[in-house]
Amino acid sequence: MAANEEAMKYVWEGAIPLQIHLHKSEVASHPAPPPALVLAPRIGYLPLLVPLIKPYFKDSLPPGEDSIWFDYKGVPLKWYIPTGVLFDLLCAESERPWNLTIHFRGYPSNVLIPCEGEDSAKWNFVNSLKEAAYIINGNCKNVMNMSQSDQEDLWTSVMNGDLDAYTRLLPKLKMGNIEDEFSRKESLSSPVSRQGGGTEIDVAGQVKTARIPVRLYVRSVSQNFENLEDVPEIDTWDEISYMNRPVEFLKEKGKCFTLRDAMESLLPEYSGDRAQTSGEEEADGSQETRGEIKLVRIQGIELKLEIPFSWVVNNLMNPEFYLHISVLVIGPQR
Amino acid sequence: MDSAGEVLNDGKITLEGFTVAARAFADKWKRHNLSFPSWSWVPLINRTLLKKEECYLSLEKIIILSSLEGSAEEESLGVTADWWEKEESIDHTVLVQNVEDEAHYYDYHIVYSASYMVPMLYFRGYSSDGKPLSLDVIKRDLPSSSVSLLLESKWTFITQEEHPYLNRPWFKLHPCGTEEWIKLLSESSSSDGCQMPVELYLVSWFSVVGQVVGLRTPLEMLI
Repeated sequence: MAANEEAMKYVWEGAIPLQIHLHKSEVASHPAPPPALVLAPRIGYLPLLVPLIKPYFKDSLPPGEDSIWFDYKGVPLKWYIPTGVLFDLLCAESERPWNLTIHFRGYPSNVLIPCEGEDSAKWNFVNSLKEAAYIINGNCKNVMNMSQSDQEDLWTSVMNGDLDAYTRLLPKLKMGNIEDEFSRKESLSSPVSRQGGGTEIDVAGQVKTARIPVRLYVRSVSQNFENLEDVPEIDTWDEISYMNRPVEFLKEKGKCFTLRDAMESLLPEYSGDRAQTSGEEEADGSQETRGEIKLVRIQGIELKLEIPFSWVVNNLMNPEFYLHISVLVIGPQR
Repeated sequence: MDSAGEVLNDGKITLEGFTVAARAFADKWKRHNLSFPSWSWVPLINRTLLKKEECYLSLEKIIILSSLEGSAEEESLGVTADWWEKEESIDHTVLVQNVEDEAHYYDYHIVYSASYMVPMLYFRGYSSDGKPLSLDVIKRDLPSSSVSLLLESKWTFITQEEHPYLNRPWFKLHPCGTEEWIKLLSESSSSDGCQMPVELYLVSWFSVVGQVVGLRTPLEMLI
């Protein structure tokens, strides 16, 4: 389990240096305030940074009530997506520090759901946790049965990046196990292990299927590229397809379900040998280039697809038990 | 056992089942609800990625004429929020009585949730200039029975969330324990203890959920 703890520490300590600029339309002081420099935890959320950022700008703001939102190159940022995921998805080539613009007025409520600061972030976290629990356990009783104060403490541990507190609270959450070939201790005398090779069957004789909470963010570009710096800047959120869908796989003895297998189940048109970008003749003689997955990033790491998926999940998931995967693809050309 | 094993014992439904149930629902609705707009099946073909079976049911531009003074006022005038097909069969006497009336438009999408393995209802309201309606305004358009149901019940509540495919804020009806009451519906309606046929899944689901937003399911559809 030591390896697992190390990985969790890595994930929890991950942070993105941000350089936050006040939107020029809101600068009511002369000279304009310099940008705020903030280290944002990867597993955190942008609204949680506001108390750190606001002091830099409060003297420069025009009068009125705050309704805070962020944009990256003009694209409004979805505040309920963990900061690390936003960075991995929107910056093909890592930009450090990451330059963001903060707004205190003019909330784009036609495109962004409302945000009341920490409360919204907490509600979003607990909801995602319930959904993940439902996927893993088949119900969200474990979250509902947690006392209000334990739920609060769990959220606070995430908000403060306090891995020790979080680890102490985990047993109270009673989230089911996501089986991992590397950490499961097999008891050689158990009836289960006496089964021969082939599909693993539990005591009740049911074939075990694991359901893993996954949120997939796919950015599609139309042209192939050699280097990440050649990837065009993101224009609108419509370039991104979001899939909130569990990955299901049969736990088969002797067979390893890899990250590649998971990607193939989520993006069948982009996977496998037939998804290379060489043109293929269609029946009517026209050429169609299939799409290609260029990049798969989780917690800022570009992973090799051969890695066992259960390892990826157990070591790189977010505190709400979701695995967030950012993918860059070349869309099919027609 | 139901032919494709699509409606599960616990009231949930698979994606394949949802696809079958949705088409059956849309067909029955069209046949039994002649004066009403029909549901369309929207595939996500304009997206570069998703599998073709990833789709949702859409019912759009439903008009509600409601008094700006609120539902209590409507009841005393003998006018309740009601449903009209766009441009046709608008009762002109109603319009004359309620000079202050404002037309509210509603869109409804039935989307499959892969996480919970049940359908979800998303909806939004907007005025004729396209401006989105707030939840307070929308609640005034709902049947008064729904409003109390929503306020008091732990079973249903409305939250504002991003539409799973459209990158815009919509309202989502969160019926807690959908699979539990579908299971109850299924058990009580079948005499021989058989599984609910997949073609009736969405009809049954909507007969409950639709009521919350004031959309009635004709009884003939439930056969």
